[in-house]
Amino acid sequence: MLEIRGLSAAIEEKPILQGIDLTVPQGEVHAIMGPNGSGKSTLAYVLSGREDYVVTAGSVTFDGRDLLAMAPEERAVAGIFLAFQAPIELPGVGNANFLRTALNAVRRARGEPELDAVQFLRMARTETKRLAMPEDMLRRNVNVGFSGGEKKRNEVLQMSILRPRLAILDETDSGLDIDALKIVADGVNTLRGPEFSALVITHHQRLLDHLVPNRVHVLAGGRIVRSGGPELGHELEAKGYSGMVAEAA
Amino acid sequence: MTAAVQTGVAGFLARYEALRYLLPGDPLQRAAAAEAFRRAGLPGATSGRREEAWKYTALRPVADASFLQSTVESAGDGTVLAQLPPLDAPRIVFIDGQFRPELSALPAAARFERFAHHGSFGALARPDSEPLVALNTMLSEDGALLSVEPEVDAGLLLLVSVASDGAAFHPRHDIHLRRGARMTLLELSVGDGCYLHNPVFEVRVGEGASLTHVRLQDESPAAFHLSTLYAQVAEGGSYDSFALNLGARITRTEAHARLAGAKGFTHLNGAQLLGGSQHADFTTVVRHDAPSCSSRQTVKNVLAGRAQGVFQGRIEVARAAQKTDGYQMNQALLLSPDAEIDTKPELEIFADDVKCSHGATVGELDADQLFYLRSRGIPDAEARSMLVRAFLAEALDAVTHQAVRGVLDRAVEGWWERQAA
Repeated sequence: MLEIRGLSAAIEEKPILQGIDLTVPQGEVHAIMGPNGSGKSTLAYVLSGREDYVVTAGSVTFDGRDLLAMAPEERAVAGIFLAFQAPIELPGVGNANFLRTALNAVRRARGEPELDAVQFLRMARTETKRLAMPEDMLRRNVNVGFSGGEKKRNEVLQMSILRPRLAILDETDSGLDIDALKIVADGVNTLRGPEFSALVITHHQRLLDHLVPNRVHVLAGGRIVRSGGPELGHELEAKGYSGMVAEAA
Repeated sequence: MTAAVQTGVAGFLARYEALRYLLPGDPLQRAAAAEAFRRAGLPGATSGRREEAWKYTALRPVADASFLQSTVESAGDGTVLAQLPPLDAPRIVFIDGQFRPELSALPAAARFERFAHHGSFGALARPDSEPLVALNTMLSEDGALLSVEPEVDAGLLLLVSVASDGAAFHPRHDIHLRRGARMTLLELSVGDGCYLHNPVFEVRVGEGASLTHVRLQDESPAAFHLSTLYAQVAEGGSYDSFALNLGARITRTEAHARLAGAKGFTHLNGAQLLGGSQHADFTTVVRHDAPSCSSRQTVKNVLAGRAQGVFQGRIEVARAAQKTDGYQMNQALLLSPDAEIDTKPELEIFADDVKCSHGATVGELDADQLFYLRSRGIPDAEARSMLVRAFLAEALDAVTHQAVRGVLDRAVEGWWERQAA
C-alpha cells in the first residue's frame, strides 16, 4: 500500500532523510522509533506534503499512485492522515465547522454526499463521547486554549471522523498521561482492520503496549537501521538508542 | 434641475455662497468655518506640504469629482427599504443627507430632532483644525440630534444614510446620553454611484452612561466616505465603537475620544476589507484627561488587489490621568503583493503611573495553519478563505449584540461574493 524507495529529503538544503526504504502493507500498523533528530517528523511531513521539505531522491507510492506529485489536500482525500506532533491553533475557526468542512471536502472528493450540520453533529458527538472528550470541544476554536492532551485527542477525533486509510501518528503519545494514552490507543485500535494502516512514530514503548504494531523500524541518521517484530521495541527500551545504533553501524 | 458646477474647494465654496442665507444655525460659525476651509483646502488635493495628520491619504480624487449643485431626485421608498437589514428596531433614515420621515420609524425611548430645524453646532467639533469638519460646518443641512434621558435604556436604533450618484452631503449628528442612559446605535451607510458623504458626529456620554456605536460603511465603490467623530465620556461612562469599512473608493474614519471623567472607558475598534484600488484610512486620537480610564483600539485590515489601508492611532495621556490603561493594536493581512498598509502609532504621555501598549502585525496567511487545513483535505482556496474569515471573525467578536453582529456578518459575506464575482 505505502512504498517508500530510497527517499532522501532536505530542509533549507540541510539533508535530513538519507535513503529510506519502507513498505507498509494494507491492514498493518508499523512503528517508527528513533532518537531526536533522526528524521521521524520529517518523514511524517514529507509523506503528508509539507512544502518546505524538498525531496532530493527516491519515490513514494500510495496504492500505486505517485504520492510526491500530489498536493496535501489530494493526499488527504486519497486517505492519508497526519496526526500532528504539535497541533496547530486556528483562532476564529470553530472546531465543528473545521471538522465538517474537512469531512465534506473528503466526501466530495470520494463522490459521497456531503453531510448537513445535523447529520454531522450527531456523528461528531458520538465520536467525542467515545474519546472521552468534553462536548464543548466542538464549540471551541480549533486547538485554541486546549491543553496538550486535549490537542492530541482532537487529532484522534479528526482521524476518527475522516476515517483515513493510512494514519501517520507523529508522537501522538507525547505529553499524554496513562489514561489519555489508553484513550488515544483505543481510538486507533477501533479503526484497525483490513482497510486501515498506520505509521506510528514514537519515542517510547509505552504506546506500543496498547497499540501493538506488526513491525517496528528504527530510524537513525535519516535511515532505517533495523526492522523487526514488536519485540524490537522492548529491546530498544532495554538497550537504548545509542546501543542499538552502535550495533547497527 | 441639476447641473454640474466648479469642482474642488471652489465648488464647495460656491455652494456655500449660494446657500448661506438658507442654512440653519449660527451664520457666524458657518462663515468662520468657510474661512478655515478656504485656508486649509482639501488635504492632499494640491501638491506641496502635506499635513502630518493626512500623511497617507490624499483627497485629490474628491477635489476632481464634480457633484451636483442641488439635491438630486432620490430613489423610491421601496428600493431604499429593501436595502435595510431586517431588524426590529426604530430607524432614522436620511437620503442624500435629507431626513425622510416617511421611511423612518422614530424611537420611543430616545428624543430625535432634525439638525435642519435647530442648526445647533456642538462644542466638541473643531472646524478650525480639521478641514473636513470645516467643510461640514460650512455646508451641513441636516442630521440627527439624539438624546436619551437619564437612566433610560433606548435599546437598538438604526441611523441610515442612503446616497445617490452626484450627491455631496455633510450630515451633522449630535448624540447625547445623559447620566446612566444606554443605547446601541447601528449606523449604516450605503448608496449608488459617485458621491461624497462627509458626516460629523458629536457624541456626549454622561456619567455612567453607555453608548455602543456600530458603524457599517458599505458605500458604493465609487463613493467618498469621510467621517469625523468626536466623543466625550464622563465619569464611569463608556463609548464602545466598532467600524466596519467595506465600501467606498476613499474612506477616512477619524475618531477623537476624550475621557473626561475618572473610570471612563472607550473602544475605537474596527475592521477594513478592501480590494481593487480602495483606500481606507482609520485615524484615532484618544485623550486621557482623567485618572483610571481605559481605552482600546484594535483595528484589523484585510487587503486584496492594490488596496491601501492606513491606521494612525494616537494616545494622549494628560498629567492628571494616572492609572491610565491604554492599548492599541493594528493588524493587517495582505492577500496580494500590491496591497499596502501604513501604520503610525503615537503615544504622548505626561502622567507617570500608566500602562500603555501598542503593536502592529503585517503578514500573509500563516503557512502552518494553511498546511494544517490542507492536510485535512480542504482545498487551498477554501483553506485560505477560512483563515481570512477567521482573522475577521476575531475582530467582529468585539460586537456582542447578536442581531447587529448578524448584520455585519451578512455584509462581510456580501463583500466576499463581490470579490469572487
